Amino acid sequence: MAYSEKVIDHYQNPKNVGTLDKSKQNVGTGLVGAPECGDVMRLQIEVDDATGLIKDAKFKTFGCGSAIASSSLATEWLKGKTVDEAVKIDNMEIVEELNLPPVKIHCSVLAEDAIKAAINDYRKKNGLEELKFDESIVH
Amino acid sequence: MLNFPIYLDHNATTPCDPRVVDAMLPYFTNTYGNAASRNHPFGWQAEEAVDYAREQVAKLIGADPKEIIFTSGATEGDNLAIKGVFEMYASKGNHIITCNIEHKAVLDTCKHIEKEGGEVTYLKVKPDGLIDLAELEAAIKPTTILIAIMYGNNEIGTIMPVKEISAIARKNGILFFTDATQAVGKIPVDVNKDGIDLLAFSAHKMYGPKGIGALYVRRKNPRVKVTAQIDGGGHERGMRSGTLNVPGIVGFGKACEICLNEMEEEGKRLSKLRDKLENALLQIEEAYVNGDKEHRLPHVSNISFKYVEGEGLMMGFNKNIALSSGSACTSASLEPSYVLKALGLGDDLAHSSLRFGLGRFTTEEQIDYTIEQVTNTVNKLREMSPLWEMYKEGIDLNTIEWAHH
Repeated sequence: MAYSEKVIDHYQNPKNVGTLDKSKQNVGTGLVGAPECGDVMRLQIEVDDATGLIKDAKFKTFGCGSAIASSSLATEWLKGKTVDEAVKIDNMEIVEELNLPPVKIHCSVLAEDAIKAAINDYRKKNGLEELKFDESIVH
Repeated sequence: MLNFPIYLDHNATTPCDPRVVDAMLPYFTNTYGNAASRNHPFGWQAEEAVDYAREQVAKLIGADPKEIIFTSGATEGDNLAIKGVFEMYASKGNHIITCNIEHKAVLDTCKHIEKEGGEVTYLKVKPDGLIDLAELEAAIKPTTILIAIMYGNNEIGTIMPVKEISAIARKNGILFFTDATQAVGKIPVDVNKDGIDLLAFSAHKMYGPKGIGALYVRRKNPRVKVTAQIDGGGHERGMRSGTLNVPGIVGFGKACEICLNEMEEEGKRLSKLRDKLENALLQIEEAYVNGDKEHRLPHVSNISFKYVEGEGLMMGFNKNIALSSGSACTSASLEPSYVLKALGLGDDLAHSSLRFGLGRFTTEEQIDYTIEQVTNTVNKLREMSPLWEMYKEGIDLNTIEWAHH
């Protein structure tokens, strides 16, 4: 199976690899997946208190090239968005942007889950109710 | 000068040796007769070529040419051996003993046997990838008709204690079949010294063409018979009908002859290169060899690089280096290699494995390049691995509640 050029580019030059200080109140951390399943993503957002915009996003991923690319892309898209906008990122947008084949859709689902988990962590830290998400996709 | 891509997946298949191709070519265009045509020179020439090749093939495994049944490959050989014995010896019993790291061609055939009313015991291998002989003996029942244990494993290269297994089979009057696809041509295999009753192997794993293989069926002490699985013109002493693949058989014979002549030296060369590769890669922190290192084919090394995922790892260099991984990220099940799991490796380590399969045309320069590429990619991916970061922080990954999906 050949990878799309965009996947290869993100794999070779991943954007926003790194770690944010998870003890900070304006940092939300999402850790999803499991080592046994062959992919684990940790995605973090840092929200600007004054503007409510996501001013930084970082990821680290254990997984295949598509998983790395999905999380790299997600961090790019997150930056500059409000938390409410970020929640709306849909895995199928990632699939389209990266041209992921059907067997790799779960990588995009994982990235979406990571975004939502990071947002909920942020909300929890800031006294907001955690959002409930439909378990619409079985993966 | 390195030519890309470098091929290090010789357990999957091997290139045809040019000497093999040269031997085959006349049998496509000039000597194209049907080996079963008894009444004209085309048939005679084809038959002569097949007879000669049958000798070459038999010689490699210390067999008599009459004991070689040509098949389409090892999968067919596995099917013919297991189903053929099960049907032929039905009056003696219905129990077969095999193990859980066999090739799918054996395991799925055994599953089929179970549906047909047979009983199969799947021995679990030890963490080193070898079976426990005491467990084998304990599994034997009065109804046991066949022990089916592979010679060398395709994923980790481990070599089973074949002589000991055959001694146990002999003692109990049970037939012993071995899938020796990975071993024949790489290490000395002798059906008499090893006490083998049936043995399947394939040309394309030993620098011969694809689509041709053989099943060795012992004729003396004891005389073994298998029920044909493909009916037709009664070729191959009635055990495998179908017009003989003459060019394939000629190529298979040549491939066997070359292996026999060059095996000793080539084995030494390959194990030296393999050890160089392995020792260099084990310099990487948290890298582990899978399977017993001592009882192992000379050209195989299977290594897990903890905290990086195999497919992601291969992507770092798979334009230039072809190898395979125990990770099954592309499969719908997301299940990693059942062989590695059978060794007791956690799924995480199974997902993190690479199989290096060296071959006849592998050079030291290629190995040096591979060491460099794999090392760099492991280091790069660990920099972006959350698991590596946790490990470095001293967090026990087993204490984390993972969201299984």
